[in-house]
Amino acid sequence: MGQQARPAGDHPMLTDYRPAPGVADEMLGPGGRMRPVWRPFLDWLGSMPPEQLRGRFDRGDRYLRDAGVYFRHYTSDPLQERDWPLSHIPVVLHEDEWQTICRGLSQRADLLERVMADIYGRNRLVADGHLPAGLIAGNPQWLRPLVGVQPRGGHFLHFLAFEIGRSPDGSWLVLGDRAQAPSGAGFALENRIASRRIFPEPYPRDFTHRLTGFFEAFRGALQGLAGRAEGTARRFGILTPGPANDAYYEHTYIARFLGMLLLEGEDMLVENGEVLVRTIDGPLPLGVLWRRIDAGFADPLELDPGSIIGTPGLVDAVRTGGVAMVNALGSGILETRALMAFLPRICEQLTGQELSLPNIATWWCGGAAERAHVRENAGRMMIGPALATELPFELDAGTVLGGSFRGGGPASVADWVEDQGPRLVGQEAVTLSTTPSWVDGPDGGRLRPCPMVVRVFAARTPQGWTFMQGGYARIGPEGDATALAMQRGGKVADVWIMSDAAAHATPPSPPVLGPRSPAGQSALPARAADNLFWLGRYVERFEGAVRLIRAHHLRLAATGNPDDPRLWLLTQYLGALEFDLGQPVPEALAERLTGARDSAAKVRDRFSTDGWLALGDLMRTVRGMRETVQPGDDAAAAMGVLLRKTAGFSGIVHENMYRTHGWRFLSIGRALERADGLCALLSAFAVPDAPEGSFEIALEVADAVTTHRARFALETGFDTVVDLLALDADNPRSVHFQIAHLARLVEALPHARRGGRPAELLRAILPLRTRLEIAGPQDVTVDALAGIRGALGTISDRLSAAYLG
Amino acid sequence: MLYDISLRIDYSYAAPVMHARNLLRLLPNDIAGEQTVLSRQLTVDPLPSERRDFPDFFDNTTSCVAWHQPIQSFSLSLALRAERQPPPGQFDLSPPLRALPSEIAAARDLSPAAPHHFTAASRRGPVLPEFTDFARARLRPGMTVLEAVQAIGGALHAEMQFAAGATDVDTPAQDAFAARHGVCQDFSHIMIGCLRGVGIPAGYVSGFLRTYPPPGRPRLAGADAMHAWVRAWAGAEMGWIEYDPTNDQPAGADYVTIGHGRDYDDVAPVRGIVRGIVRGAGGRSTAQSVDVAVVP
Repeated sequence: MGQQARPAGDHPMLTDYRPAPGVADEMLGPGGRMRPVWRPFLDWLGSMPPEQLRGRFDRGDRYLRDAGVYFRHYTSDPLQERDWPLSHIPVVLHEDEWQTICRGLSQRADLLERVMADIYGRNRLVADGHLPAGLIAGNPQWLRPLVGVQPRGGHFLHFLAFEIGRSPDGSWLVLGDRAQAPSGAGFALENRIASRRIFPEPYPRDFTHRLTGFFEAFRGALQGLAGRAEGTARRFGILTPGPANDAYYEHTYIARFLGMLLLEGEDMLVENGEVLVRTIDGPLPLGVLWRRIDAGFADPLELDPGSIIGTPGLVDAVRTGGVAMVNALGSGILETRALMAFLPRICEQLTGQELSLPNIATWWCGGAAERAHVRENAGRMMIGPALATELPFELDAGTVLGGSFRGGGPASVADWVEDQGPRLVGQEAVTLSTTPSWVDGPDGGRLRPCPMVVRVFAARTPQGWTFMQGGYARIGPEGDATALAMQRGGKVADVWIMSDAAAHATPPSPPVLGPRSPAGQSALPARAADNLFWLGRYVERFEGAVRLIRAHHLRLAATGNPDDPRLWLLTQYLGALEFDLGQPVPEALAERLTGARDSAAKVRDRFSTDGWLALGDLMRTVRGMRETVQPGDDAAAAMGVLLRKTAGFSGIVHENMYRTHGWRFLSIGRALERADGLCALLSAFAVPDAPEGSFEIALEVADAVTTHRARFALETGFDTVVDLLALDADNPRSVHFQIAHLARLVEALPHARRGGRPAELLRAILPLRTRLEIAGPQDVTVDALAGIRGALGTISDRLSAAYLG
Repeated sequence: MLYDISLRIDYSYAAPVMHARNLLRLLPNDIAGEQTVLSRQLTVDPLPSERRDFPDFFDNTTSCVAWHQPIQSFSLSLALRAERQPPPGQFDLSPPLRALPSEIAAARDLSPAAPHHFTAASRRGPVLPEFTDFARARLRPGMTVLEAVQAIGGALHAEMQFAAGATDVDTPAQDAFAARHGVCQDFSHIMIGCLRGVGIPAGYVSGFLRTYPPPGRPRLAGADAMHAWVRAWAGAEMGWIEYDPTNDQPAGADYVTIGHGRDYDDVAPVRGIVRGIVRGAGGRSTAQSVDVAVVP
């Protein structure tokens, strides 16, 4: 579009958009002139009335909510989730400027690779005086067991992120290198999908570089790195610390998006230097781990002995070249703040060239001259721990900013610097650029200048480093352009890399990424199977309890007499299950659901977002009911609501889930639990000497009142109830039906038979099925029911032994 | 002095363990001017499904052993013949303590023997005010590094009671120091913390010590134990010196070294994992016997 820059003051949306003096702005270039790349976007934006804009923003937010995008807050409740804080206005950069940035970062990525190879190799940088030995030897991120270990595939670094900001003079500056396990790439994709919902039109869509090509290239690189074992492609997986991690959502998202296995440390074992994934089909060799856990936790045997999320022997597998790590274990040392003081000179030494994209000016206080400089300029510096790996804007209380301690500390900064010397590093206090962010107001809202930093992702491919084309910026609150502002409740924005023409109209690649590795998702880790199995059990258990509690309150409402024998029987029965009926919605009911959610949280990559949201809705509903619901009718109605919501969850999962082994384990859990629940119900309420009305309770809890009436047009009796709830082959709420279902599910599992003969698990199910098939009502005694429950326990044990261990 | 040394350790688990994996650091190496290993054999029973011996960062020979089938117990037997050279007379070539920081800074070296690895606190060798205060009180102006090491080690020996069984392998050094008792591991960790606190690089040495029977009594075979002592970096010229705070003496001809590290964690004879959780020794040590015999 290439218009001449012209003054921006006349723009309707910018009547009070005034960047602070001495601060660069993304939209307004030197002299307050709008940068050409922003002009068409702003003109287009300005043509929309505020209500329309609001509607668009809501569309983006709704997408994020519906997709279940969240990040985690570290609070007392480890599972508390927070909505993704999208700032709706993207940061817009011209592709020419972006290419310059990427060239600079490519140079930097190569430099980091060489520094890494040296630090874990010959240590020439130390011997030649370019790096102080103490900075390496005293660094907790320098992992001695990895020294001298050559990475499989020849490279240490495969996936990097850089935090960059624009200085007041308009040039770009690297604020931090992320080499340990950079996060945000998956969130960038979600940013993009949301911003597409907000601005779906051909302009700006087709003028903006796409993100997916980056992922496709990286996925191809990982596949190449994984290699083959005995003729078949080896698996690759993403290694997550688990659901309590703040970026767990992203790990599940990437696993799903790229068709990778989502793995935790316990999913793997090491044999003869090979990493094997424990799956329900036996151990499968793994070629690459994209690790999202800090290296120290990866192997308790050779690294942090306190880690409970690691895999014993993983370091040994790396040492013998059995697995490639993305990035190599030990790469966290590249994030050391003090390293920034030495990188510019190292670059010149190793390559003969200057860093084309400078990093934030840094002085390590181990040298007398540097110490003096930091002391004298303390007013314009951030001074903090030399070995810290946090980004400059993630400062802690022990840091000096602008000449004074943030948390209050020793009186004299100069003495402190002199005393602590090599432990400290001084960094120039940066002023960030600002970018337009929408701030709601009584007049509909307007654009305001807010500070920002951009995160750039780089991936190694056989053709060299490739860069994600935008996608991720952090936006701070208005009014403070120091780097510090980013710490306080920031937001995240998409970054658009724009061309002058509609050059990106057709996707460079199919919207769905190329062929998935044939064995990628089909391999089901044993732990995932275990969680799906328990999810099935917990939800069924919850549903059974809801039905029982409803039966209780219906009778309470009908009789008004707490001493009614049927009521007494229900109270006894529920009491044995630890439900306190003094509470209309017992605490234990909410706990049953927590078990389901905890299991579901660990397999979010394997069932639909809608299912997850339905479960969350169910939990919120139960919590809400606990505060308002009254005993009797009210509680019975509330249980009805819960039943319908549970059915909603089950419907979403069972109707829409592809019939994978994962679905089978979920269904096996449900069938086992339902059969067991029915046996328990029958032995309490369907016994010949039960109080009057007990049979009706059994039918009602088993949701079989109507069927019973239709099938047996006569009075309810022991024979008819037992026939319907224990022996009927067509009633989904009969024991026989569930056992037959179980047998079919298990038959479809790998190794259910060996050489045509049923294996152990099936051998426990088939006799039970036959017994139920040939039994008559008189055979269904309390003892027989206890026998069936015992057999179900055996089935559960054998299932665990065969698949889930 | 020529030694025949044997060691046997038995371990057991509470229940059969799948995929037990252990790192063993029990095989001594030649050390120039100090010891020569004539033969060494480490036998593991039952035979592990995999075993690989490799040098770790500090050049200690490490045996990685794993069983693919469940095991409930295992035993380790070491048979070693080693010659220990008598130590040269110890002239004090160490610099004054105040000159040590610049000598450390001048060492552009990250090899296993570089002082830099041993200056900072480590997990089992913490630098704490109580250690540093204790050490500082023993320093005199103008002391050399060697004098400082001896003064601090001697004071520690005088202050601490040797008490077998009062602490265990996981007792933190500060707890043993607060109680003023412990075994060789505690003495060594405390001294390491003291030395680091006053700027002297210090590390942990594991090995064997020849013991002498009470006068007139025969030597009891198998009654010895593994031992630990301290080494300290006494400047570029003098290098590492070894000192045994438990016995208040330099580590001389009576000592045979297995491994060097920053603290016990780096040289633990057995490190293992049970069901993902680290146990100090991969299970429970049920029996241990060590015999250090002089070959006549």
